[in-house]
Amino acid sequence: MLEAIMSGFGGLAAGIVNLQWSNAVMIGIGLLLLYLGAKKGFEPLLLVPIGFGAILVNIPLAGLMEEHGFLRIIYDAGILTELFPLLIFVGIGAMTDFGPVLENPYTFLLGAAGQFGIFLTLLLALALGFKSMDAVTIGIIGACDGPTVIYVASQYAPHLLGPVSVAAYSYMSLVPVLQPPIIKMLTTEKERTIVMKTGKKSVSKTTKILFPIVITIIGGLIAPMGLPLLGTIMLGNFMKECGAVDRLVKASENEIANVVTLLLGISIGATMSGPVFVQTQTLVILLLGLLAICLDTVCGVFFGKLLKVLTGGKVNPIIGAAGISAFPMAARVAQKEGFKYNKKNYLLMHAMGANAGGQIGSVMAAAVMLSVLKGMGII
Amino acid sequence: MGTWTFGLTMLVVGMGGTLVVLSLMSLIMVLLKKAFPYKEEAESQKG
Repeated sequence: MLEAIMSGFGGLAAGIVNLQWSNAVMIGIGLLLLYLGAKKGFEPLLLVPIGFGAILVNIPLAGLMEEHGFLRIIYDAGILTELFPLLIFVGIGAMTDFGPVLENPYTFLLGAAGQFGIFLTLLLALALGFKSMDAVTIGIIGACDGPTVIYVASQYAPHLLGPVSVAAYSYMSLVPVLQPPIIKMLTTEKERTIVMKTGKKSVSKTTKILFPIVITIIGGLIAPMGLPLLGTIMLGNFMKECGAVDRLVKASENEIANVVTLLLGISIGATMSGPVFVQTQTLVILLLGLLAICLDTVCGVFFGKLLKVLTGGKVNPIIGAAGISAFPMAARVAQKEGFKYNKKNYLLMHAMGANAGGQIGSVMAAAVMLSVLKGMGII
Repeated sequence: MGTWTFGLTMLVVGMGGTLVVLSLMSLIMVLLKKAFPYKEEAESQKG
């Protein structure tokens, strides 16, 4: 009888007894993510479910990520199949207005320059001894685009999904902190005060409707491996611009995006199991991710400076920093920085163009990368 | 394939490819705008 009672109490203590130090560290990190998301407002829609998922998966013996565990079911259904990031992209497409980039097509090129960080970080990761596909996955953090990072990682380096996703979403939320010092360091005061004129509205409704269709076909033909990413974002945008399916647009940007964001976040958190996550490699990945986003900004600003020279001083290089995928945060940073140095300067529309270009640029960079890998016979 | 060959190929073809594709898309946007120019009255009727 006494033995049975002791065994019963033993069962209640089993969770505590089996708690490893790495689980405790990850529960702490989960709490930190909850704090950053819920209290500080850093990407709360993602960091809250990720943080909670990290806590759940690090409680021993619950088996949430084992076969038939509810987190495993969600992970297998939405992450392994790449379904969640693609559904998120439909919502992003439905929420994005490509009008500013269509007004100034040259800003699209700033979206290309903002992807340099991906490839430079890939080289660095290779130099640090990461395997080819791990280096590709780490480099893609530089896309500064959560769904793209998850899409690539889930296919080619699922063991890195946790760190690269956390890096991508955390640094996206840190764009307002990371970019201003880089902008200040790389530009002169005279450059920062350049006023960019806002032209008259020049994009017809027909152009806006045809844009997603044409981009899907051209982009898909050139880089078919990335068509799921490009196709879904453009599907969302076409639904928004054609004006015929308002209910689907609302569902894509609200109900579907909200449900998938919750499931996506909790699934990413579920990959952050202590013994897997608490490694030196994770820290290196987080540092490389930070570097990738900083390099994107550096290259974007330099490209902005090049455009300034080519246009005879009409382009303010600050908008180059907006050529990343963190939308519309990077555009707001460019506007704020421009306004800080010249109170008559309103860079927002130009920066929004670069930022929208950065969104497509990040998707195209991933698509091109996957197609090149396919061409090289690596995937 | 060696590590550096792989890395440099990705840098040159990947980044070069991205720049070329986005330049092409930029050109397509210019052509679309030329083919379907903005007309204030017609656009305001379309809403």
